[in-house]
Amino acid sequence: MTIKHLLKLSFILLIFSCNQNFHLNRIEGKRIDINDSIASDQAIEDFIKPYRENVNKNLDSVISYAVNTYTKNDGELNTAIGNLMADAVYSESNPIFNKRTGKNIDFVLLNHGGIRSIISKGNITARTAYEVMPFDNSVVVVALKGEQVLKMMTYLAEAKRAHPVSNQLQLTLDTSDKVSSATVDGKQIDKTKIYYIASNDYLYNGGDRMTFFHPNDSLYVLDYKIRNVLIDYFKKADTLNPKRDNRFIQLNN
Amino acid sequence: MKRRQFIQQSTAATALVGLSGLGLQSFSSNAKKITILHTNDVHSHIDPFGPEDGRNANKGGVARRATLVKSIRKESPNTLLLDAGDIFQGTPYFNYYGGELEFKLMSMLDYDLATIGNHDFDNGIDGLYAQLPHAKFEFVSANYDFSNTVMDTHVKPYKVFIKDGIKIGIFGLGIQLDGLVDKNMYKETVYNDPIETAQDMTRILKDEQKCDLVICLSHIGYYYKKYPNRVSDLNLARATKDIDLIIGGHTHTFLPKPTIEKNSVGKNVLVNQVGAYGLYLGKVDFYFESGKPVKSNGASIIV
Repeated sequence: MTIKHLLKLSFILLIFSCNQNFHLNRIEGKRIDINDSIASDQAIEDFIKPYRENVNKNLDSVISYAVNTYTKNDGELNTAIGNLMADAVYSESNPIFNKRTGKNIDFVLLNHGGIRSIISKGNITARTAYEVMPFDNSVVVVALKGEQVLKMMTYLAEAKRAHPVSNQLQLTLDTSDKVSSATVDGKQIDKTKIYYIASNDYLYNGGDRMTFFHPNDSLYVLDYKIRNVLIDYFKKADTLNPKRDNRFIQLNN
Repeated sequence: MKRRQFIQQSTAATALVGLSGLGLQSFSSNAKKITILHTNDVHSHIDPFGPEDGRNANKGGVARRATLVKSIRKESPNTLLLDAGDIFQGTPYFNYYGGELEFKLMSMLDYDLATIGNHDFDNGIDGLYAQLPHAKFEFVSANYDFSNTVMDTHVKPYKVFIKDGIKIGIFGLGIQLDGLVDKNMYKETVYNDPIETAQDMTRILKDEQKCDLVICLSHIGYYYKKYPNRVSDLNLARATKDIDLIIGGHTHTFLPKPTIEKNSVGKNVLVNQVGAYGLYLGKVDFYFESGKPVKSNGASIIV
């Protein structure tokens, strides 16, 4: 056996041992903060720049002012930001709906998960609307029988989430999470009456397991994106100062 | 000639030293390190949050992530960079460019693999398909059946990487789309049970492919407190075996450190998720040593 042979043999043995004889000995896991202590990679920065400039051109003019910072977690069953969104959909969509049909929207239902960002205290731009509502969902108005609206109330009671509703609806749960009272414009929901509920196409199609929109009497598609509703609403409101209120609450004891 | 012979002899002697140590040495060292870096639910957050942001001021940013990833790859060359889905939707970049910039930047950062989140369907499955040419990395999803969609053949159930001789199998899992994504968006995508799928995948990756590491890239969510029985990363970890690491997404769960969970045969599984918006980078280092394991209870975990 020459040295060459020995070399080859040991080489083969080593290859073999590499694949076969390693075992997992130790695992270390952590998370690393990405913040302004890390320098930006210049090549990446340069690549983003033209995209950013094009987007910013359209988005950064100030259209309103927020008195506070609002998050979707600042209330159990209704939040200031959710109330703002649902009321905005009502006030911006109802004139359009009324003009087209001669009817009025009874109330608005959106979903808590659809609030995608906070509204920060300070200047409001169109960008804020993009952050809060990045999705391209649009307003739909559904003609629903009262009994379906009652199913919606049961859904809201069971979900116990701050799904945004507009201020025409008042829903109170009892201590055991059942519907205690549900009124629209101060009147009890009438099983046989037709209600015009504004929502968005995502929820109408069963998003967030909102199955109560079917069956329905008719559907009105307004071709009005929720994001544009917010932009229009912000432009009209000089200052945003939404509040949590009593539209959706639970009794204690 | 004489010099050459000397070199050969000394090399052989070194090799023999290796052999005499029961032949368990590798060429350069007796330890190997595999680094897994991961993000999830970045949601088109390309720029850092501004100084005025009410919650995440001055955090995040792809260009900073690029610097960080580069420096980690430098010190740990056997690194994989993974994303657990919901790459799309969340800033005007997505509304304006449909995900093109997200994929191009991830390619520039050398992402190795990603799975598909529910929001990656937000411009429809056709919108996702249209952006694929911009992604230099691949997608895995084992429980979405794309056979009857445009994505057919563009998403694999799993991918196997070999880094420094260590075989790493990574499979993807996606969340139930019905009720979460408009059917018009996901079209004929079929959702299969994540736990059954994971059991198939671990059999393939561990028993057949003999992977040293099995990683699940999941977008099924960390855990649902109100629905404890709903399929989630924690439930997946408990119900399966042979998974070393579950990298999660969907629930935007900001875990300060990975969770250690026991699998169906009592072994440790790491479950990690780094919240959302590219505010953090997850890093899990796997250290391999030569020889038979000394400890009977598996690898030690430092988190």
